[in-house]
Amino acid sequence: MPDKKIKSGRGGWLFLALVLIAYGLLGLVNPSATSQSLTFFTHVMHQVLPILGLVFLLLFIANLVLKPKWIKRYLGSDSGIKGWVAAVLGGMLSLGPIYPWYAMLAELRLKGMRNALIAVFLYSRAVKLPLLPLMIHYFGAAYTLVLCFYLIIFSIISGIVIEKMTLKSAG
Amino acid sequence: MQADNHVKNSLRKTIKTFINVVPIMVGMLLLTSLVITVFPEQISAGLFGNGDILDTLLGASIGSIAAGHPLVSYLLGGELLGSGVGLLAVTALVVTWVTVGIVQLPAEALMLGTRFAVYRNIISFIVAIAIAFLTVYTLPFIGLS
Repeated sequence: MPDKKIKSGRGGWLFLALVLIAYGLLGLVNPSATSQSLTFFTHVMHQVLPILGLVFLLLFIANLVLKPKWIKRYLGSDSGIKGWVAAVLGGMLSLGPIYPWYAMLAELRLKGMRNALIAVFLYSRAVKLPLLPLMIHYFGAAYTLVLCFYLIIFSIISGIVIEKMTLKSAG
Repeated sequence: MQADNHVKNSLRKTIKTFINVVPIMVGMLLLTSLVITVFPEQISAGLFGNGDILDTLLGASIGSIAAGHPLVSYLLGGELLGSGVGLLAVTALVVTWVTVGIVQLPAEALMLGTRFAVYRNIISFIVAIAIAFLTVYTLPFIGLS
Protein backbone atom coordinates (compact mmCIF):
# COMPACT_ATOMS: atom_id res chain seq x y z
CA MET A 1 0.00 0.00 0.00
CA PRO A 2 2.16 2.86 -1.20
CA ASP A 3 -0.51 5.43 -0.34
CA LYS A 4 -0.21 4.69 3.36
CA LYS A 5 2.75 6.93 4.04
CA ILE A 6 2.60 10.58 4.93
CA LYS A 7 4.83 12.20 2.38
CA SER A 8 6.49 15.00 4.23
CA GLY A 9 9.58 17.09 4.61
CA ARG A 10 10.97 18.64 1.45
CA GLY A 11 7.84 18.33 -0.74
CA GLY A 12 5.91 20.92 1.25
CA TRP A 13 8.82 23.39 1.41
CA LEU A 14 9.48 22.97 -2.30
CA PHE A 15 5.83 23.69 -3.01
CA LEU A 16 5.94 26.83 -0.84
CA ALA A 17 9.11 27.95 -2.63
CA LEU A 18 7.40 27.51 -6.03
CA VAL A 19 4.41 29.57 -4.91
CA LEU A 20 6.73 32.30 -3.61
CA ILE A 21 8.57 32.29 -6.96
CA ALA A 22 5.18 32.69 -8.71
CA TYR A 23 4.46 35.66 -6.44
CA GLY A 24 7.89 37.11 -7.21
CA LEU A 25 7.29 36.80 -10.96
CA LEU A 26 3.80 38.30 -10.70
CA GLY A 27 5.27 41.09 -8.59
CA LEU A 28 7.53 42.03 -11.48
CA VAL A 29 4.68 42.01 -14.02
CA ASN A 30 1.77 43.28 -11.91
CA PRO A 31 2.78 44.69 -8.52
CA SER A 32 -0.73 45.88 -7.59
CA ALA A 33 -2.27 42.39 -8.10
CA THR A 34 0.52 40.91 -5.97
CA SER A 35 -0.08 43.45 -3.24
CA GLN A 36 -3.86 42.72 -3.37
CA SER A 37 -3.18 38.98 -3.12
CA LEU A 38 -0.89 39.47 -0.13
CA THR A 39 -3.48 41.65 1.62
CA PHE A 40 -6.10 38.94 1.03
CA PHE A 41 -3.65 36.30 2.30
CA THR A 42 -3.01 38.29 5.51
CA HIS A 43 -6.75 38.61 6.08
CA VAL A 44 -7.29 34.85 5.58
CA MET A 45 -4.33 33.99 7.84
CA HIS A 46 -5.87 36.06 10.64
CA GLN A 47 -9.03 33.97 10.35
CA VAL A 48 -7.16 30.70 10.07
CA LEU A 49 -4.70 31.07 12.97
CA PRO A 50 -7.19 30.48 15.83
CA ILE A 51 -8.55 27.44 13.97
CA LEU A 52 -5.01 26.14 13.55
CA GLY A 53 -4.58 26.37 17.31
CA LEU A 54 -7.71 24.27 17.73
CA VAL A 55 -6.48 21.74 15.19
CA PHE A 56 -3.09 21.53 16.94
CA LEU A 57 -4.91 20.78 20.18
CA LEU A 58 -7.10 18.14 18.50
CA LEU A 59 -4.06 16.54 16.89
CA PHE A 60 -2.29 16.47 20.24
CA ILE A 61 -5.32 14.91 21.94
CA ALA A 62 -5.61 12.39 19.10
CA ASN A 63 -1.94 11.44 19.49
CA LEU A 64 -2.33 11.28 23.25
CA VAL A 65 -5.58 9.36 23.48
CA LEU A 66 -6.11 7.45 20.26
CA LYS A 67 -4.57 4.03 20.09
CA PRO A 68 -4.23 2.11 16.81
CA LYS A 69 -6.45 -0.55 18.38
CA TRP A 70 -9.20 2.02 19.01
CA ILE A 71 -8.93 3.45 15.48
CA LYS A 72 -9.10 -0.04 14.03
CA ARG A 73 -12.22 -0.70 16.08
CA TYR A 74 -14.10 2.51 15.19
CA LEU A 75 -12.65 3.51 11.81
CA GLY A 76 -10.86 0.39 10.58
CA SER A 77 -11.98 -2.39 8.26
CA ASP A 78 -14.08 -4.05 10.96
CA SER A 79 -15.63 -0.86 12.29
CA GLY A 80 -19.00 -1.52 10.62
CA ILE A 81 -21.82 1.00 10.90
CA LYS A 82 -20.11 2.85 13.80
CA GLY A 83 -17.23 3.78 11.50
CA TRP A 84 -19.50 5.26 8.83
CA VAL A 85 -21.46 7.27 11.40
CA ALA A 86 -18.22 8.48 13.05
CA ALA A 87 -16.76 9.55 9.68
CA VAL A 88 -19.93 11.42 8.60
CA LEU A 89 -20.27 13.21 11.96
CA GLY A 90 -16.54 13.95 12.09
CA GLY A 91 -16.64 15.53 8.63
CA MET A 92 -19.72 17.58 9.47
CA LEU A 93 -18.17 18.87 12.68
CA SER A 94 -14.67 19.53 11.30
CA LEU A 95 -13.91 23.24 11.19
CA GLY A 96 -11.64 25.51 9.19
CA PRO A 97 -9.46 24.94 6.14
CA ILE A 98 -8.98 21.45 4.81
CA TYR A 99 -5.16 21.25 5.00
CA PRO A 100 -4.72 20.44 8.70
CA TRP A 101 -7.44 17.80 8.36
CA TYR A 102 -5.48 16.08 5.57
CA ALA A 103 -2.61 15.75 8.04
CA MET A 104 -4.87 14.38 10.74
CA LEU A 105 -6.49 11.87 8.37
CA ALA A 106 -3.07 10.75 7.12
CA GLU A 107 -2.07 10.20 10.75
CA LEU A 108 -5.27 8.25 11.45
CA ARG A 109 -4.71 6.15 8.33
CA LEU A 110 -1.30 5.14 9.65
CA LYS A 111 -3.16 3.97 12.74
CA GLY A 112 -5.58 1.89 10.64
CA MET A 113 -8.35 4.18 9.34
CA ARG A 114 -10.00 2.93 6.12
CA ASN A 115 -9.69 4.86 2.84
CA ALA A 116 -13.50 4.72 2.48
CA LEU A 117 -13.98 6.49 5.79
CA ILE A 118 -11.36 9.14 4.92
CA ALA A 119 -13.32 9.85 1.73
CA VAL A 120 -16.60 9.95 3.69
CA PHE A 121 -15.08 12.38 6.18
CA LEU A 122 -13.84 14.67 3.40
CA TYR A 123 -17.14 14.60 1.49
CA SER A 124 -19.39 15.15 4.51
CA ARG A 125 -17.43 18.34 5.22
CA ALA A 126 -19.77 19.82 2.60
CA VAL A 127 -22.49 19.78 5.27
CA LYS A 128 -21.37 22.80 7.28
CA LEU A 129 -23.44 22.79 10.46
CA PRO A 130 -22.43 26.31 11.59
CA LEU A 131 -23.24 27.68 8.11
CA LEU A 132 -26.65 26.03 7.73
CA PRO A 133 -28.53 29.19 8.79
CA LEU A 134 -26.72 31.09 6.03
CA MET A 135 -27.48 28.45 3.45
CA ILE A 136 -31.15 28.54 4.47
CA HIS A 137 -31.04 32.33 4.16
CA TYR A 138 -29.71 32.17 0.57
CA PHE A 139 -31.45 29.06 -0.79
CA GLY A 140 -34.36 28.25 1.54
CA ALA A 141 -34.94 25.57 4.18
CA ALA A 142 -36.39 22.94 1.83
CA TYR A 143 -33.45 23.18 -0.57
CA THR A 144 -30.93 23.03 2.30
CA LEU A 145 -32.63 20.00 3.83
CA VAL A 146 -32.76 18.07 0.55
CA LEU A 147 -29.18 19.01 -0.41
CA CYS A 148 -27.78 17.96 2.98
CA PHE A 149 -29.67 14.67 2.80
CA TYR A 150 -28.10 13.86 -0.58
CA LEU A 151 -24.66 15.04 0.55
CA ILE A 152 -24.70 12.59 3.45
CA ILE A 153 -26.01 9.68 1.35
CA PHE A 154 -23.48 10.34 -1.43
CA SER A 155 -20.60 10.79 0.99
CA ILE A 156 -21.07 7.14 1.93
CA ILE A 157 -21.52 5.99 -1.68
CA SER A 158 -18.40 7.87 -2.82
CA GLY A 159 -16.45 6.39 0.11
CA ILE A 160 -17.35 2.88 -0.98
CA VAL A 161 -16.47 3.58 -4.63
CA ILE A 162 -13.15 5.29 -3.83
CA GLU A 163 -12.05 2.45 -1.57
CA LYS A 164 -12.90 -0.12 -4.24
CA MET A 165 -10.99 1.88 -6.86
CA THR A 166 -7.88 2.44 -4.72
CA LEU A 167 -7.82 -1.23 -3.70
CA LYS A 168 -8.29 -2.37 -7.28
CA SER A 169 -5.49 -0.22 -8.68
CA ALA A 170 -3.19 -1.10 -5.78
CA GLY A 171 -3.88 -4.79 -5.99
CA MET B 1 7.28 8.52 34.40
CA GLN B 2 5.76 6.41 31.61
CA ALA B 3 2.79 8.79 31.39
CA ASP B 4 5.20 11.74 31.17
CA ASN B 5 7.01 10.09 28.29
CA HIS B 6 3.73 9.39 26.53
CA VAL B 7 2.73 13.08 26.77
CA LYS B 8 6.18 14.18 25.52
CA ASN B 9 6.07 11.71 22.63
CA SER B 10 2.57 12.80 21.64
CA LEU B 11 3.61 16.46 21.73
CA ARG B 12 6.74 15.75 19.67
CA LYS B 13 4.67 13.84 17.12
CA THR B 14 2.10 16.65 16.89
CA ILE B 15 4.80 19.29 16.40
CA LYS B 16 6.44 17.14 13.71
CA THR B 17 3.12 16.75 11.88
CA PHE B 18 2.54 20.49 12.14
CA ILE B 19 5.97 21.38 10.78
CA ASN B 20 5.16 19.25 7.74
CA VAL B 21 1.75 20.83 7.29
CA VAL B 22 2.65 24.50 7.73
CA PRO B 23 4.54 25.07 4.41
CA ILE B 24 1.81 23.26 2.46
CA MET B 25 -0.92 25.24 4.16
CA VAL B 26 0.79 28.62 3.80
CA GLY B 27 1.58 27.80 0.15
CA MET B 28 -2.03 26.83 -0.51
CA LEU B 29 -3.43 29.94 1.13
CA LEU B 30 -1.01 32.10 -0.88
CA LEU B 31 -2.06 30.32 -4.09
CA THR B 32 -5.75 30.67 -3.23
CA SER B 33 -5.32 34.39 -2.54
CA LEU B 34 -3.60 34.78 -5.89
CA VAL B 35 -6.35 32.93 -7.81
CA ILE B 36 -9.15 34.85 -6.10
CA THR B 37 -7.63 38.29 -6.72
CA VAL B 38 -6.31 37.69 -10.24
CA PHE B 39 -9.49 36.03 -11.55
CA PRO B 40 -12.41 38.14 -10.33
CA GLU B 41 -15.86 36.67 -9.73
CA GLN B 42 -17.48 38.71 -12.49
CA ILE B 43 -15.87 36.44 -15.11
CA SER B 44 -18.17 33.59 -14.14
CA ALA B 45 -21.44 35.53 -14.49
CA GLY B 46 -21.13 36.01 -18.26
CA LEU B 47 -20.35 32.36 -19.01
CA PHE B 48 -23.69 30.69 -18.23
CA GLY B 49 -26.85 30.32 -20.30
CA ASN B 50 -25.93 27.31 -22.47
CA GLY B 51 -28.56 24.84 -21.26
CA ASP B 52 -28.86 22.77 -18.07
CA ILE B 53 -26.14 20.23 -18.80
CA LEU B 54 -23.42 22.64 -19.95
CA ASP B 55 -24.27 25.14 -17.22
CA THR B 56 -24.13 22.41 -14.57
CA LEU B 57 -20.76 21.23 -15.88
CA LEU B 58 -19.52 24.80 -15.88
CA GLY B 59 -20.82 25.42 -12.34
CA ALA B 60 -19.12 22.22 -11.15
CA SER B 61 -15.88 23.22 -12.89
CA ILE B 62 -15.84 26.71 -11.36
CA GLY B 63 -16.53 25.24 -7.92
CA SER B 64 -13.73 22.70 -8.41
CA ILE B 65 -11.16 25.35 -9.31
CA ALA B 66 -12.31 27.94 -6.81
CA ALA B 67 -11.09 27.76 -3.26
CA GLY B 68 -11.90 29.62 -0.14
CA HIS B 69 -14.49 29.75 2.59
CA PRO B 70 -17.76 27.96 1.70
CA LEU B 71 -19.53 31.14 2.69
CA VAL B 72 -18.11 32.72 -0.49
CA SER B 73 -19.76 29.96 -2.55
CA TYR B 74 -23.14 30.76 -0.96
CA LEU B 75 -22.67 34.46 -1.71
CA LEU B 76 -21.56 33.78 -5.29
CA GLY B 77 -24.34 31.19 -5.73
CA GLY B 78 -26.90 33.69 -4.47
CA GLU B 79 -25.56 36.37 -6.84
CA LEU B 80 -25.61 33.97 -9.80
CA LEU B 81 -29.19 32.88 -9.00
CA GLY B 82 -30.16 36.54 -8.84
CA SER B 83 -28.59 37.18 -12.24
CA GLY B 84 -30.61 34.37 -13.82
CA VAL B 85 -28.25 31.37 -13.62
CA GLY B 86 -30.15 28.11 -12.98
CA LEU B 87 -30.32 26.31 -9.64
CA LEU B 88 -28.68 23.21 -11.19
CA ALA B 89 -25.48 25.10 -12.03
CA VAL B 90 -25.46 26.94 -8.72
CA THR B 91 -25.93 23.69 -6.76
CA ALA B 92 -23.10 22.02 -8.67
CA LEU B 93 -20.89 25.03 -7.91
CA VAL B 94 -21.75 25.07 -4.19
CA VAL B 95 -21.16 21.31 -3.81
CA THR B 96 -17.87 21.12 -5.75
CA TRP B 97 -16.60 24.23 -3.95
CA VAL B 98 -16.21 22.11 -0.81
CA THR B 99 -15.91 18.56 -2.13
CA VAL B 100 -13.53 19.00 -5.10
CA GLY B 101 -10.26 20.88 -4.76
CA ILE B 102 -8.07 21.33 -7.81
CA VAL B 103 -6.07 24.00 -5.99
CA GLN B 104 -5.75 21.76 -2.91
CA LEU B 105 -4.94 18.66 -4.97
CA PRO B 106 -1.13 18.90 -4.51
CA ALA B 107 -1.57 19.11 -0.73
CA GLU B 108 -4.08 16.25 -0.67
CA ALA B 109 -1.77 14.14 -2.83
CA LEU B 110 1.24 14.93 -0.64
CA MET B 111 -0.56 13.90 2.53
CA LEU B 112 -3.02 11.20 1.47
CA GLY B 113 -1.37 9.84 -1.67
CA THR B 114 -1.73 10.79 -5.33
CA ARG B 115 -3.96 7.86 -6.32
CA PHE B 116 -6.41 8.48 -3.48
CA ALA B 117 -6.48 12.24 -4.12
CA VAL B 118 -7.05 11.94 -7.88
CA TYR B 119 -9.78 9.27 -7.58
CA ARG B 120 -11.50 11.16 -4.77
CA ASN B 121 -11.63 14.41 -6.74
CA ILE B 122 -12.87 12.76 -9.95
CA ILE B 123 -15.62 10.85 -8.13
CA SER B 124 -16.57 13.91 -6.08
CA PHE B 125 -16.97 15.92 -9.30
CA ILE B 126 -19.29 13.30 -10.83
CA VAL B 127 -21.23 12.91 -7.59
CA ALA B 128 -21.68 16.70 -7.31
CA ILE B 129 -23.41 16.76 -10.70
CA ALA B 130 -25.65 13.86 -9.65
CA ILE B 131 -26.49 15.66 -6.40
CA ALA B 132 -27.31 18.87 -8.29
CA PHE B 133 -29.82 17.08 -10.55
CA LEU B 134 -31.30 15.01 -7.71
CA THR B 135 -31.71 18.02 -5.41
CA VAL B 136 -33.31 20.24 -8.02
CA TYR B 137 -35.67 17.50 -9.28
CA THR B 138 -36.55 16.26 -5.77
CA LEU B 139 -37.85 19.64 -4.62
CA PRO B 140 -40.91 19.79 -6.92
CA PHE B 141 -41.41 16.02 -6.51
CA ILE B 142 -41.97 16.37 -2.76
CA GLY B 143 -43.93 19.57 -3.24
CA LEU B 144 -41.35 21.86 -1.62
CA SER B 145 -40.35 23.95 -4.61
